Amino acid sequence: MPELLEIRDLRISATTYPPGGRPLQVTIVEGISFDLARGKVLGLIGESGAGKSTIGLSSMAYGRGDIRITGGSVRLEGKELLSASPREIRRIRGARVCYVAQSAAAAFNPAHRLMRQVIEASVRHRLMTEAEARARAVELFRTLGLPDPETFGDRYPHQVSGGQLQRAMTAMALCPRPELIVFDEPTTALDVTTQLDVLAAIKHAIRETGVAALYISHDLAVVAQVADDILVLRHGKMVEMGPVGQVIRDPHAAYTRDLLDAQETGKPETAANAETVLKAEGVRAGYGSGPDVVCDISFALPRGQTLAIVGESGSGKSSLARVLTGLLPARAGKITFAGTALPPRLGQRNRDTLRRMQLIYQIADTALNPRQTVGEIIGRPLAFYGGLRGKAGRARVVELLEQIEMGEQFIDRYPAELSGGQKQRVAIARALAAEPEVILCDEPTSALDPLVAKGVLELLLKLQREKALSYVFITHDIAIVRAIADSVAVMRNGKMVRYGPRSTVLAPPFDDYTDLLLKSVPQMQPGWLETAIAGRKLAAAGN
Amino acid sequence: MNALRLPLSAWIGLCGIAVFAFCALFAPLISPHAPDAVMGGVWQAPDRTYLLGLDNLGRDLMSRMIYGARTTLAVALTATVAAFVMGVVLSFLAAACGGIVDMVLSRINDVMMSLPTLIFALVVLAILPQNVFVLISVMAVLGATRVFRLGRAVAMDIAVMEYTEAARLRGEGVWWIVRREFLPNTLSPLLAEFGLRFSFAVLFLSTLSFLGLGIQPPAADWGGMVKENKDGIIFGVSAALIPGGAIAVLTICVNLVTDWILRRTSSLKGGRGDA
Amino acid sequence: MYPLILRRILLSVALLFAVSVLIFLGLNALPGDFAATYLGQSATPQAIANMRAELGLDQPATLRYAEWLWGAVRGDFGNSWASGGSITAQIGARLGNTLFLAAVAAVVAVPLAIALGMISVLYRNRWPDRLISVVSLTAISLPEFFVGYLLVLVFSVRLGVSTFPSTVYEGMDFWQRLSAVLLPAATLVFGIFAHMMRMTRAAILQVMTSPYMETAELKGVPALAAIWRHAAPNALAPIINVVALNLAYLVVGVVVVEVVFVYPGMGQYMVDAVTLRDMPVVQACGLVFSAIFIFLNMLADILSIMVNPKMRHPR
Repeated sequence: MPELLEIRDLRISATTYPPGGRPLQVTIVEGISFDLARGKVLGLIGESGAGKSTIGLSSMAYGRGDIRITGGSVRLEGKELLSASPREIRRIRGARVCYVAQSAAAAFNPAHRLMRQVIEASVRHRLMTEAEARARAVELFRTLGLPDPETFGDRYPHQVSGGQLQRAMTAMALCPRPELIVFDEPTTALDVTTQLDVLAAIKHAIRETGVAALYISHDLAVVAQVADDILVLRHGKMVEMGPVGQVIRDPHAAYTRDLLDAQETGKPETAANAETVLKAEGVRAGYGSGPDVVCDISFALPRGQTLAIVGESGSGKSSLARVLTGLLPARAGKITFAGTALPPRLGQRNRDTLRRMQLIYQIADTALNPRQTVGEIIGRPLAFYGGLRGKAGRARVVELLEQIEMGEQFIDRYPAELSGGQKQRVAIARALAAEPEVILCDEPTSALDPLVAKGVLELLLKLQREKALSYVFITHDIAIVRAIADSVAVMRNGKMVRYGPRSTVLAPPFDDYTDLLLKSVPQMQPGWLETAIAGRKLAAAGN
Repeated sequence: MNALRLPLSAWIGLCGIAVFAFCALFAPLISPHAPDAVMGGVWQAPDRTYLLGLDNLGRDLMSRMIYGARTTLAVALTATVAAFVMGVVLSFLAAACGGIVDMVLSRINDVMMSLPTLIFALVVLAILPQNVFVLISVMAVLGATRVFRLGRAVAMDIAVMEYTEAARLRGEGVWWIVRREFLPNTLSPLLAEFGLRFSFAVLFLSTLSFLGLGIQPPAADWGGMVKENKDGIIFGVSAALIPGGAIAVLTICVNLVTDWILRRTSSLKGGRGDA
Repeated sequence: MYPLILRRILLSVALLFAVSVLIFLGLNALPGDFAATYLGQSATPQAIANMRAELGLDQPATLRYAEWLWGAVRGDFGNSWASGGSITAQIGARLGNTLFLAAVAAVVAVPLAIALGMISVLYRNRWPDRLISVVSLTAISLPEFFVGYLLVLVFSVRLGVSTFPSTVYEGMDFWQRLSAVLLPAATLVFGIFAHMMRMTRAAILQVMTSPYMETAELKGVPALAAIWRHAAPNALAPIINVVALNLAYLVVGVVVVEVVFVYPGMGQYMVDAVTLRDMPVVQACGLVFSAIFIFLNMLADILSIMVNPKMRHPR
C-alpha cells in the first residue's frame, strides 16, 4: 500500500536571466527523496535558498514563475503527478492537497469577502454544497480560535489582522478535508506572541483532522513543536532526515549541529563600572500631531556595553532609534551624549556629533546604494569626516575590510554581487569608518539566516571588545538578547515596562508582558507548545 | 551601461534617428536646392530633379524637408532639454528636501498639469509675440511639468531608501544627495522619459505649426509644411502627407529606442522585463 | 469613502478656480497689450487707446476678472471681439458637436482598447501580443493631422465614400450626423486607443501576477474562471482610471481633428479665435476645455475610489 506522498530523486530547475546574456537553466533542487505517511507531519528545515518552498509546491506539481520540475517522481497515493494531465492536477489541487502561503495578506483577494474565498475550492470541486461548506468553515474558524466565528467570514481581508488572516488561510486549506496540507512558513511574518497562538491553532487543527502536512520553516524550534519528522535541506540537497526527537538530540550532520548551535549563545556578564556614554531622561516623541509613540523613556548606557531594546512591532523601539538619531525630534525629555546635551533635531547637530553616533539598518539591501562600489560606500565617511582620500583613504578602507573579515578584493564590487551577510558587514564597516562611540543597531540580523546572523553578531561582539564601542541594539528576538546584551529594556506600546541589567530583567519575578514575551519564544523540547498554551489559558482564566 | 546587445527594433530606431540628425546637421551641404526658391509649377509631380515634387508655391519639397528637419529637430530638442533640466532639478529638489518645499512645488505642478497642454499653449500663444524663443519657452514649461511628475516619483523611490537616510544622518548636504544618491539610480527611467518627451515635443511642435501658431513662415518646420499643402488633399495631391509621414517616422524611431530603454530598466531592477 | 469623494470634488473645484485665475489674470500679466496685439502692427496709439476704452481694458484687472468669473458661473461669457456676438450662444451650439464627436470616438475606442489589452495579456510575448504592440507603437507615433489627411485622401478623394469637409448642421438626423463624423471619429480613435490599450495591458498584467492569482491556481481554479472571478474585479479600478484619463486627453485631440476636417465644434472655434487674437473667446474656450478635462480627471479618481474594496469597506 503506497504512502500518501512518495517523492523520489526530485530535480527542479529555474531559468535565470543574467543581464546581457542568454537565459540560463540552473538546477536548484536535486536528489530529494522521502515518504510522507497519512496523518504525519514532516518539517522541512533550511535556510533561505535551500529550496524548501520549491519542494513543498512540487508536491502539488506546481512551480512558481520560471521554476520547473525537471526530473524524478512525485506520487500521491500511488498516482504519478508529474505525468498527470492538467485537468487531473486541477482536480487534486484545492481538494486533496492544499497550500497555506507565507503571507496570507497577499494571498487573499482583496475584492472578495473571506467566506467566499474560504469555501471556493470546496464548492468548486463539488465536495460539498455551499451550505455545508459554510457550516464547515464556521466550525473551522471556531477550532482555530478566530473571534466571532459566525460573522468572521463576512469581512474583507483588509479588515482583519495578519494573525487572523493566517488562521483564515489555514481554515481555507482544511475546509475541503484534504489529505495533505503544505504549510509554507505560516508564522514567520507574525509577531512572537501572535505566532504562539497561530502555531497552537495549527497544531490543534492538524491533530483534530488527522491531515498530513509538510511544514516548511527556517526556525528549528517552531518545527520541533509541530512535526513528527524533520528533513534538513541545504542548497537544494538533503542533509539529514529522521524523527524530530532524534534529529534534535543526536544530529548526524555537521550542518544540522551548526543550526542547532545557532539557537543558543550567551554573553558573559561584564562589569558595569564605565562612564555613561548615552543617557535618555523622560524622552517623549510622536509623529506630526499624533499621539506619543515613545513615552517617558529613560536609560543609561555605559561605555563599551550593549543595551538591548526588546519589543514587538508597534512597541515604539524603531521610533526610539529615530529619536536618538534626530530624525524624529523629541517632544520632551533630554538626551545626553558623552556628557553634552544632544540637540533634538538632526539639523541642529554638528558634524562631529553625527560622526560619533552611527546607525546600522535591518535590511542591508536598501541600506547600501546599489550604484556605489564597496570601496566608495566605506570610503565616503572617511573622506567626509576625516578628509581621508586617495591612497591613504584606500589603505584605510582595506584595513576596515579586514576588520569585518572580508578581503581587499571586495573594494570594487557592487552590493548586488554580495550575499546578505556580506552586505551587512559592509554596512558595519561604513559605520566603523566614522570611528563612532555609539552604534545604533536596528534589528541588523532579523533578515539574515540563523547561521549568517550568528556570524554577524560575533563580529559585532568582537568589535565591541576591541574598540570599546557601545551599542543600542533593537530586536524582537530574546535569543539575541541573551547573546549580546548587558542591559535590557522591554518596550510595549511606547512605554518601557522593564529595564535593568540582563540577568535581572531575564529572571523572575516578571511583569505580565515580559512574561508573555519570554514564554512565547519557541523552544526545542517536545511538549513545550502545549505547556505554553496551557499556561496562557490559565493566566487568562485567572484574570 | 554594459552589454549593449540591441534588439532589431532598437537598431532600426537608432538608424532612423541618425539619418534625421544627419539631415539636420548638414542641411546646407546635402540639400539639392534652396528651400525658398520657386522652382516650377504648383504641386508639380515628382521627377528626377525634384525627388518629392514641388509644394503649393512651387518650391522643392525635398529641400524644404531637409531644412525642415533642421528646424523641427532643433526646436524640439532645445525645448526638451530645457524642460528636462527644469523638471529634473525641481523634482529632485522636492524629493530631497521634502516638507514644505515638496508640497509647494507639487501643488503648483498639479495646477499646471490640470490644464491640457494644447489648450494651455493656445491660450498663451494668443497673447504672446510669435517667435521661436516664446515657442520654446512655452513647450519647455509644459514639458517640465510632466518631467517633474516622473522625476519626483522616481526620486521619492530613492529618497525613502535607507541609504539616502544614511547619507542624511551623516550630515550630507542636499546637493550631494541629489548628485550621488539620486542621479545614478534614476538614469535609466530618466533617459526613457527624455525619449518620450522628445517625441512628444516633435508632435506638439508640428501640431502648433499646423494650427498656424508655431514656427512662422517663411521658415518652415514639418508641421507648417503640412499646413501649407493641406489644400491639395481635396485634389488628390498627397504633398501634405510627406512632412506628416516624416514626423511619424521620426517619432516611431524615437519610441522604438525608448521602449528598449524601458525594457532594460525593468531588467536592471532584477525583473524579467517582458511586461 | 464619502468624505474622500467630497474632498476630491472640492479639490477639483479649487483647481478649476486656480485655472480660471491662470487663464485670466495670468494672461494679463504676460507681456503684450491686448488692444495693440488685436489691432496689429499698424495701429496708431490713438486707435489703441480707443480700443482699450471700448473693450473696458482700462479698468483694473482684478475687477475685470471678478466680472468675468461671475458671468462665467452664470453661463454668460460676454461677447466676441471679432463678431460682436454672444460667445455663450456659439459655445452652446458647438459644444454639442464636439461632445458628439468625442462620444462616438470613445464608444469605439474604449471597448477596442480593453479587448486588445486582454488579448495581448492572454497571448503574452507571442505573436498576437507582438503584433498589437507594433500597431500601437505606430498609432501613438502618428500625428493626428497625418492620420486625418491620410483617411481623407483614401476614403473621400480616392474612394469617394465619405464627405469632406465634415459639416454638420441643425436639422440633421442622428444617422446623418453619424456618417458625417465617421472619418474624424476614426482619426480620434486611432490616436487614443493605443495609449489606452498599453495602459490596460499593464494594469491587467499587474493584477495577473498578484499572489492571489497563484492562490486561485493552487486551489485548482481553471485559468478562465480565475481571470473572470479573481483578476477582473481587481483590474476594474485601474482600467476605469485609464479610460477616464484617456478620455481627458480626447479633449486635446478633438481640437486638431476639428481643424483638419473643418468640423464646426469648440476646437475649431478656439483655434480661429487664437489666430484672430479674439481674447474673450480664447479665455472662454480655454475655461470650458479645462473644466471638461478637470471633470474627467476627477471622475477617474472618484471611480477608482468607489471600486476599491478597501475604500468601500473600511476597517
